[in-house]
Amino acid sequence: MTNTQAFITIVIMAACTLITRALPFWLFSGKRTPPAIILYLGRVLPYAVIGMLVVYCLRDIDILHPPNALPDVIGVAATAALYLWRKHSLLAIVGGTAAHMAALRLLA
Amino acid sequence: MTGYLALGAAFGILLAQNGYGPVWALMMSVCVFAGSMQFVGAGLLAAAFAPAETALLTLMVNARHLFYGLPMIERWRDVGNTKPYQIFALTDETFSLLISTDPPNGIEPRAFEFWLAALDQLYWVAGSVAGSLIAGALPFDTAGIDFAMTALFVVIFIEQWRGGKGRLSAMIGVCGALLCRVLLGAQWFLLGSMVLIAASLVGARRYIDKSSAKGGCPE
Repeated sequence: MTNTQAFITIVIMAACTLITRALPFWLFSGKRTPPAIILYLGRVLPYAVIGMLVVYCLRDIDILHPPNALPDVIGVAATAALYLWRKHSLLAIVGGTAAHMAALRLLA
Repeated sequence: MTGYLALGAAFGILLAQNGYGPVWALMMSVCVFAGSMQFVGAGLLAAAFAPAETALLTLMVNARHLFYGLPMIERWRDVGNTKPYQIFALTDETFSLLISTDPPNGIEPRAFEFWLAALDQLYWVAGSVAGSLIAGALPFDTAGIDFAMTALFVVIFIEQWRGGKGRLSAMIGVCGALLCRVLLGAQWFLLGSMVLIAASLVGARRYIDKSSAKGGCPE
């Protein structure tokens, strides 16, 4: 990606983010209520998208060679365990990442 | 807000690892100001240029923001000239603070709400630029630090799952993405998953509405 393309990519992200934040104000500042399908998608998409993003993050996992997948599996397990244990997001993210990085080196 | 500082730093390090330095981190945190999307964006910047995919992905990742604005329409009706900024800066963090925090005694509510958003962004920008600057000077090899993004989404996923609502939608997201990953390969699966997931959600609407009604109203 060239610098110009990177710049355009960021502008697109900024514009689309702003659209999602400003749309309710543009459309419904009068008394009109939002269409049901929009409300519905706003309600259920967040759950589906986070699920999709977990898969997206793990898209390059090497399932044909299980040992290569171990650092990712260990990282996810450590993150989940820490979070369920302490209910502390930041601790789980830092701990899970550390576990992944350690596994990456020790199992290489 | 310390969360913003730390996550911002993680974002800066990740972006630097993908070859984009402090100026890029500054630009993204100032202009985009969206936590999870910036992490995803760092990945997009490392891949081939894909404007349509970028736009669709941003709209979908941030679709939840459509919800944050609705309660603010009345509340901010007469806010005045800081309103455009407050709309721009309505992130998850700012929204949750807005609905859960009362201004301290003696502080004017409007000023409080504006500064809440502005300080949130200041922490986020400072964190990301600092992360970007220290990325090259870290005393250890940073390979694997990009896992912070995976961990972030795993945590959010568990948080949502434990909430009990939207489990069916969550499964549609996971299964749709897995299916597309296997069928379409690593390059096209993101675009394919988004189309498939949105279509499935719309198609299964009656069923999902019924199952989430059992779990309570998502607010």
